Amino acid sequence: MNFDYSEEQQLLADSVRRFLQDRYGFEQRKAIVAGEGWSPQVWKQFAEMGILGLPLPADVGGFGGGAVDLMAVMEAFGEALVVEPVVPTLMAARLLGKHHRLLSSVAEGRTRLAFAHAEKGARYRPLVNTRYSSGTLNGEKCAVAGAPIADKLVVSARDGERIGLFLIDKAGLRGHSTLDGMLAADVVLTNTPAEPLEGDLSSIEEAIDFAAALGCAEAAGAMKFACDTTLEYLKTRKQFGVPIGTFQALQHRMVDMYISWEQARSMACLACSKIDNNTSAAERARAVSAAKIKIADAARHVSQEAVQLHGGMGMSEELKVSHAFRRLTVLAAEWGDADFHLERFASL
Amino acid sequence: MDLNYSAEELAFRDEVRAWLRTNVPADLQEKVATYAHLSKDDLVRWHRILAKKGWVAPAWPKEWGGTGWNVVQRYIFEEELGYCGSPPLIPFGLSMCAPVLLRFGTEAQKQRFLPRIYNGDDFWCQGYSEPGSGSDLASLKTKAVRDGDSYIVNGQKIWTTLAHYADWIFCLVRTDANAARRQEGISFLLIDMKTPGITVRPLILMDGAHEVNEVFFDDVRVPAENLVHEEGKGWTVAKYLLGYERMNTGRIGASKRELAALKKMSIERQNDDRFRDRLSRLEIELMALEITNLRFLDRMRRTGQPPGADVSMLKIKGTEIQQGLTELMMQAIDPVAQDEFSVAVRKRYLSMRKTTIYAGSNEIQRNIIAKMTLGL
Repeated sequence: MNFDYSEEQQLLADSVRRFLQDRYGFEQRKAIVAGEGWSPQVWKQFAEMGILGLPLPADVGGFGGGAVDLMAVMEAFGEALVVEPVVPTLMAARLLGKHHRLLSSVAEGRTRLAFAHAEKGARYRPLVNTRYSSGTLNGEKCAVAGAPIADKLVVSARDGERIGLFLIDKAGLRGHSTLDGMLAADVVLTNTPAEPLEGDLSSIEEAIDFAAALGCAEAAGAMKFACDTTLEYLKTRKQFGVPIGTFQALQHRMVDMYISWEQARSMACLACSKIDNNTSAAERARAVSAAKIKIADAARHVSQEAVQLHGGMGMSEELKVSHAFRRLTVLAAEWGDADFHLERFASL
Repeated sequence: MDLNYSAEELAFRDEVRAWLRTNVPADLQEKVATYAHLSKDDLVRWHRILAKKGWVAPAWPKEWGGTGWNVVQRYIFEEELGYCGSPPLIPFGLSMCAPVLLRFGTEAQKQRFLPRIYNGDDFWCQGYSEPGSGSDLASLKTKAVRDGDSYIVNGQKIWTTLAHYADWIFCLVRTDANAARRQEGISFLLIDMKTPGITVRPLILMDGAHEVNEVFFDDVRVPAENLVHEEGKGWTVAKYLLGYERMNTGRIGASKRELAALKKMSIERQNDDRFRDRLSRLEIELMALEITNLRFLDRMRRTGQPPGADVSMLKIKGTEIQQGLTELMMQAIDPVAQDEFSVAVRKRYLSMRKTTIYAGSNEIQRNIIAKMTLGL
């Protein structure tokens, strides 16, 4: 048993954190969101730091790492509210298998990917109506995170009775920004030429668990920011002639926020470590669902309290805390909300 | 990062588990599993079995009978004790009075009391709370006045757990009513329960059980050699104990056992999604607490530092989970059943409300985190 990051993990986390502190402050992030919605320079930096190659095999220029290796990075992303779609690219890359020709350019930061899976009415269930036949895809995928800036999309589709995976060039996008200001798109597939990939429903579930576990770590980071900034506010904001943090009613709520964050962080550790190390898909899925439930509850609790304890300022677009609120709201339900995972947890 | 125990830790766990399997008396295990009353004899019997094995006080220094285990091994041991459903080890001697004596006691005090605590010869209780001094413990009024080689003690303690079994009580008493800070007027005193002038009166709690008491002191003469640390330093001793006390409050092993029992007894109820989801959420809270607890342990092992104030959250979450378990158990049994177990489960629900109140109420724990960890 050991909860320490390895030396390499710590070094990477430190350099990511330094980079984000210098180059990804709240004002810089705002400029990115108001502009293209992502920064090619930042993406290049992520590639140079080795983040994009971290979970990819060594023979394609990656580092052969796992979810635990990415955990500290994801926590730092969560604190800084990074908008670049790293997780969509990494999860789609995971679905390409270990030897695909695109992987080295993903590691180098030259190719961005997204995974087009969700369809209308499916909510979080693996209901797939998009069809593959004779080399083309027909159907519609919804709210595909990162799609507007992806070069290629990995698409889930029905091929006869089985659900398979297919690679397409970006096509038929209707872009939008999400509640938390990230880029996403609906994808309309009309006789779109597609390359069949290896993999089936179980690979899709594995990749979703991988993304969900990383999302848990990212949420833990965003919660840490929300807690820290709220604590700072309680110490500086004065009413009735004293800092509002002197009021016990607020102190106890602040403590409960920290406890939620600690508990959420523990579950993120569990989820990431079970992605890398498990004896069965069920063991992995059970840990991820448990983590998703805890993170959903904690994200809701921490984000709502952070806004409430900031008073009117918490509602303001000007403060980062309202952006953390939006990010946490999205992360709480990404790849399955608490209800979905309660159902799955109980079935395993 | 590796959340799994190492091969050595697993081997240790298996050794402990195997020994417990054959050495916890079946009748006591049955009583624990059914929430039946445990008599003083039951408690002492189990204490002595562990003492004979050399495992009753793992955290003590080796020369006094400790095992030399590291913090992780001690945690595994405690978890296995709870998980197998052995009777509780009463903490007042083993993990409250003894650590205080080891840290602050004279050599004579250690020689006199520690072996008897270890062997289960003396049953101890704790004299802290008073009618007017609960969370605000430093306001306590029980008075000890020096008279030659003795102190004369007058006053009253309350909520004194198992005082009716106890041979000895360790007390916080006021030795100086005029100290500049009220904490400085408090001393830590060991009192023989057979001393004339002590009266123990039962306080029956809402589950009908006799567990706590009022203890009255009426001109009780206590030899001055029973003072621990210096006069006026009792608060220092109490604070030391507080940190010592909080690491085990998660009671994770016992909660895991109770969760397993709850799952087993509620198979039909789990067809009701509303019940099933409550059960899942509770299980997940327990998973999160276990990992949080391990993270704190890992930090202690790496830094060699005592636990910080944030371990108060283990008490808060641990007791909330214990209460949650009793609540779900009550909802799992047949609402009209009057068999012995069902009645015990309902009483257990009543009884476990105490957990968020005792050992520093959960509100006090939040005060501690707010002040010490968050700097509010």
